[in-house]
Amino acid sequence: MAVELDVFVGNTTIMDEEVYQLWLDGYTVNDAVKVRMEGGVLEEFEASADVLLSDTMDQYRTFQMCERLLHSPAKLANQLLFQIPPHRQAILIERYYAFDDAFVREVLGKKLSKGTKKDLDDISAKTSVTLKSCRRQFDNFKRVFKVVEELKGPLVENIRQHFLLSDKLARDYAAIVFFANNRFETGKRKLQYLTFQDFAFCAGQLINSWTIGAVDNMVEDMDVDLDKEFLQELKELKILITDKDLLDQHKSLVCTALRGKTKAFNEMEANFKNLSRGLVNIAAKLTNTKDVRDFFIDLVEKFIEPCRSDRWTASDMRLYLTHYTNSAHILDTFKHQVVWDRYMGVIKSCIFKMYHD
Amino acid sequence: MPGKLKAKIVAGRHLPVMDRASDLTDAFVEVKFGNTTFKTDVCPKSLNPQWNSEWFKFEVDDEDLQDEPLQITVLDHDTYSANDAIGKVYIDIDPLLCSEAASVISGWFPIYDTIHGIRGEINVLVKVELFNDLNRFRQSSCGVKFFCTTSIPRCYRAAMVHGFVEELVVNEDPEYQWIDRIRTPRASNEARQRLISLMSGELQRKIGLKVLEMGGNAVVGYLQCFDLEGESGLVVRAIGTACTLDKLSSGSAPNTNTHVHPNTAPASNACNSPSKDGKEPVFGEDLPSFSGPPTPFRALPTSSSSPPPFSPSKPCSRQSSSSDTDLSLTPKTGMGSGGSAGKEAGPLKTLLRQQTQTALEQREFPFFTLTSFPPGFLVHVGGVVSARSVKLLDRIHNPDEPETRDAWWEEIRQEIKSHAKALGCHAVVGYSESTSICEEVCILSASGTAAILNPRYMREGCLDIGSTDHRFEEPSPPSCGFCHIPYDELNMPFPAQLTYCYHCRRQKVPDVLFTTIDMPPEAAVTGKGCLIQARLCRLKKKAQGEVNATAISNLLPFMEYELHTQLMNKLKLRSMNALFGLHIQISVGENMLLGLASATGVYLTALPAPGGIQIAGKTPGDLSNEHHILTIQKRINDTITKNKELYQINPPELTEEVVGSPIPEPRQRSRLFRSHSESSDELSELDLSHGKKDAFVLEIDDTDAVEDIHSLLTDAPPPTGFYSCNTEIMPGIYNWTTGVQMFTSVRVFRLSNANLTNQGLNKIFTDLCENLLKSFYFKLRSMIPCCLCHLNFTVAVPEEELIQVAVTAVAMTFDKDQTQEKPADKPVTKGCSETEEQLQFPLELCADSSSITTQTSSKISGVPESTNVSPRAASVDYGSFADRCSTWLELLRLKAHTIRRGSVKTSRRTQSLAHSVSSLERSSPLPEGRSRSLRSNRSFGGSSVPVVKMTPLSFLPGTRIIKYLGIINMFFIRETTSLREEGGVSGFLHSFIAEVFAMVRAHVAALGGNAVVSYSMKECVLMENPNKNQAQCLINVSGDAVICVIETDQESMPSTINVVQTCSSGADGAT
Repeated sequence: MAVELDVFVGNTTIMDEEVYQLWLDGYTVNDAVKVRMEGGVLEEFEASADVLLSDTMDQYRTFQMCERLLHSPAKLANQLLFQIPPHRQAILIERYYAFDDAFVREVLGKKLSKGTKKDLDDISAKTSVTLKSCRRQFDNFKRVFKVVEELKGPLVENIRQHFLLSDKLARDYAAIVFFANNRFETGKRKLQYLTFQDFAFCAGQLINSWTIGAVDNMVEDMDVDLDKEFLQELKELKILITDKDLLDQHKSLVCTALRGKTKAFNEMEANFKNLSRGLVNIAAKLTNTKDVRDFFIDLVEKFIEPCRSDRWTASDMRLYLTHYTNSAHILDTFKHQVVWDRYMGVIKSCIFKMYHD
Repeated sequence: MPGKLKAKIVAGRHLPVMDRASDLTDAFVEVKFGNTTFKTDVCPKSLNPQWNSEWFKFEVDDEDLQDEPLQITVLDHDTYSANDAIGKVYIDIDPLLCSEAASVISGWFPIYDTIHGIRGEINVLVKVELFNDLNRFRQSSCGVKFFCTTSIPRCYRAAMVHGFVEELVVNEDPEYQWIDRIRTPRASNEARQRLISLMSGELQRKIGLKVLEMGGNAVVGYLQCFDLEGESGLVVRAIGTACTLDKLSSGSAPNTNTHVHPNTAPASNACNSPSKDGKEPVFGEDLPSFSGPPTPFRALPTSSSSPPPFSPSKPCSRQSSSSDTDLSLTPKTGMGSGGSAGKEAGPLKTLLRQQTQTALEQREFPFFTLTSFPPGFLVHVGGVVSARSVKLLDRIHNPDEPETRDAWWEEIRQEIKSHAKALGCHAVVGYSESTSICEEVCILSASGTAAILNPRYMREGCLDIGSTDHRFEEPSPPSCGFCHIPYDELNMPFPAQLTYCYHCRRQKVPDVLFTTIDMPPEAAVTGKGCLIQARLCRLKKKAQGEVNATAISNLLPFMEYELHTQLMNKLKLRSMNALFGLHIQISVGENMLLGLASATGVYLTALPAPGGIQIAGKTPGDLSNEHHILTIQKRINDTITKNKELYQINPPELTEEVVGSPIPEPRQRSRLFRSHSESSDELSELDLSHGKKDAFVLEIDDTDAVEDIHSLLTDAPPPTGFYSCNTEIMPGIYNWTTGVQMFTSVRVFRLSNANLTNQGLNKIFTDLCENLLKSFYFKLRSMIPCCLCHLNFTVAVPEEELIQVAVTAVAMTFDKDQTQEKPADKPVTKGCSETEEQLQFPLELCADSSSITTQTSSKISGVPESTNVSPRAASVDYGSFADRCSTWLELLRLKAHTIRRGSVKTSRRTQSLAHSVSSLERSSPLPEGRSRSLRSNRSFGGSSVPVVKMTPLSFLPGTRIIKYLGIINMFFIRETTSLREEGGVSGFLHSFIAEVFAMVRAHVAALGGNAVVSYSMKECVLMENPNKNQAQCLINVSGDAVICVIETDQESMPSTINVVQTCSSGADGAT
């Protein structure tokens, strides 16, 4: 004796947000029912477990049928199969494309390929995000990546329009796409302390200032690829460390400005040359794809870690980098002011963001 | 050649990928009508093709326009192999044939494939140019409007109600033709879909012709059904009520109230009634002007000899002339013969009765598929009449002469007619027909409510009587009128306890009232109503042919009896005294019969309070047994008390003295004058309603009986904040807000236990229904406070050991604050409160009219003329039940012979007597108007898909229907050979139902509409074969496409005022 078939279809599609979240989180029907029972819907409503099971099944089926549409959210608005009020549509989409920070942190900068997909079960085990949910999130990344890859115009805007996402979520996706495209290394142990939001912020900075899109906004991939010419020009900055006079001059300018303003002055003075070499070398090497990938690890190793071991505070860091950047303008023999600003502007804000425990 | 059909294919979108290599599709479209086909160009490599075709023109007969659908096929062009079909769209162009409906069909239609479901959408434009054709012998009936709605559609006024129309067409089922063995399932499904579409077109056309013959211009309450008889063929049949409708000009139709009271309606109507042939007898002159009470006790000066006022009865060959001959066709019901008119008590009553009766008898079947009526249409209601018959199907040999099927229905209708007659009624309202088929056995059922109608409604211009003709207004009785018995109390067709009406005190009412119609809006109720269901399973032996049919017919009367007992018990348990919308379905399977009776119970203020239920033991000596009985009795009493609270049933308890028969006239009158104000005083002194006359004794004589009682008590009440009913609206709730959620739910239960007992089955079935309800409550919990309206359960036994229950209903929100206030609280403070209107006004009126009519009423009681004639046919031959079965009436007799487990004292067979006089159409629209309906149903911003609301009701709360665009009647087949991949049967059916909704919405939107009212799913046949990974499902849905607009506060204000005025004018009229 069993219920062989059980369906409930409303003219306006009925969706319970709680169940939707459970579905997105990859719960099986039975697990979802358990969670709901613990949540107390039953007592609230004098329903039996059967009722809950039947309801959950119905909703899961509905979501499964909707999933195809969610893959191209624009379709959701003009499909005829489900009558869903627009505000609900927006919620459905936004939630579907939402991701777990823990998960995204694992795949950030990795190639969105079948190879990575195979590793998802490891990631699932590590992050305790269900495999099903991992797959959805991964597929979302991949789908967005594939669509915007071929589009002209600003990345964030493209994502927002194509996937009808909120501005915040669209920016996060832009970061993910950007990282995946440039394959930035984020998985090293030294980078573990950085959150997805740290990286997303940096990605935003890079997209805004270092990509082709920063100078020309009608090219394909404009926001995804770094501006090659700019990277070439960065080589010119090497003069700051290769020219001894210039280096000394720069140091004295910075030290003059900093003296008496911070407790870490001695360490700053002592380490100036090292730190400056570090930053300029990163700039000079960015023409190599390999070094681009190591951009963040280099920042941490060459700059953040030494400072941290000298116990600079965040404001020390701010002070130092501000003066470091500005002093270069006063150097008479240093001609690459524009490139310097474009470089240091991003470096500064990235380091500010990344300088934390 | 009177019509030109034009179609233009604009574009497609979301097409499926048909070419794997390119991931694209080279789509083109074939447009076919009749035998003509046009093609568009191929739009290469696109999933969103833009064809922008020329106008394809079809020059066709209007007959074809009515029968044929426009068939649009989307294909993928393939250079080397055959073109692949993507899917089809069938467009019924009937709505374009009526000038008042839609003028163009334009919009996105889902492209449907019977194997793959919806595959993209196509944008199509369709127009029709009709040339006027005055050929009187034409075969088409263009322009006749069809409505599924079972009341006079809002924004129309009924100029005349002509009566019953029916038709059926038969054909071979393509699924069972030899060719089916060699064609693909897709081809077979499409052949079937197309055939049914053709057949329903033809059927509609034929019915339209009949309507034209009768002089009407519309069919209301159109009910079309399919009988899939398998090998023996396919029957499409339809019934409806022919009417002449006048469209209310937009000015005069600001709200539904307009035609609620005839005063506002233009009086000129008599002349625009369409019947041109002057043969029609004019009745007006011989109509006496009534100034007295509703029921015609006053002298009727004119004789009834004048020809009856009915519309030209249709010159139908089958027309039978008089009652006696009719009755001879149904010899098994020996009762009621000899002309019911003759045995009536009062001569005046008789006169009128005769008049209307002969009038109605002139037409073949005085049946009406309507369930709610224009004001004054119903005079009295006699009770439920039903008839069933078991038939063996055989192949339909000649599809053009569907005589057998016709004869079967004819027989059943005759039976219904004679039952109505036995109840002293001349008409049947709320009439419907249905079938249940299993292999070669078919149960035909028909049921309705016997009633006495106001003859003037069948006359030209009758519904207009308003301003000039006050005669109608005057006799309109108070709200209790419809409850008064139409039959003669000394010669009752069944044993019933009569009392004087608790409202007017002047006429007799029965103790319980069963009807198949909606509650007349003017009826006064106490508290809220609720859904009451009786559920029953009966095992039967598997058998073939005659033996099987006989077995089934033998079971039927017992099932009806049990269902009725259950209904009665449950009614008493809820302390209610009337059922509306009663629908009894008996479904046949190979090894069992399922019976499901659904109705909405209410406490009618005019009827006596129901007695309680008393348990009696068989063996009085046994102590433990005694104790057991006491416990049960206590539980029952507790339940009754709880239910009273739950449904807010606390009637003024002035019952005691009135109970029992004739009360001295003066005393009664004085009571009336004191009116209800004193009732509150009395409330305190007696609470005897159920101790005093335990009319209902349940005898526990065996374990079955105990089980039965337990099952009685297991029905869980709906959770707080929910109400449910199966009528259009919930009696007792008047302030609907705009939240509407229509849904369809299907459950199939597999019985795995081979040796089940009847009891076990009953329990399973009951649980199945109860759990379904619980699921609904849970799913819709976000809508609280809300009411599930029009809960329509359909049961089937698709296979041995499978029980299928399908439900379509609508959840509607209402304003809680207002419902909580007690009716009849402070009448003046809330000028627009419905509750008040429901109660206060009728009381007033009642008091008024009673003062005038006291004389008359004394006269009545003084006329015990009881022409005690026509001894009833004493007994019924039960052996002859073999082939046709039971009606309530027959059961009556049966009762005498059956085990008396249930009621002892009360009659179980008591039927309702409803008498709806000035039916205010329905009370709900009023509150709608008042409700602050802020939530508009504007199309969702930014979305390109227009919102289409759907409801099984005839209206949408908070909105006003401004235009009917035509009937939606669609039939779909879906089949799959990859059942598992589609999520099993549930996944398969879920997406199919969603697809059906989508297609209905798309068609409505293309007609320019934004809602479907009176929506129903009439067929849902699911066949599965999980082992083969296959399933097939057929769904038939129908409804009325409409445009409705939000009722703004501004509009609603006057409307309420309007109503108030109506009321007062009504009262004046009575004075």
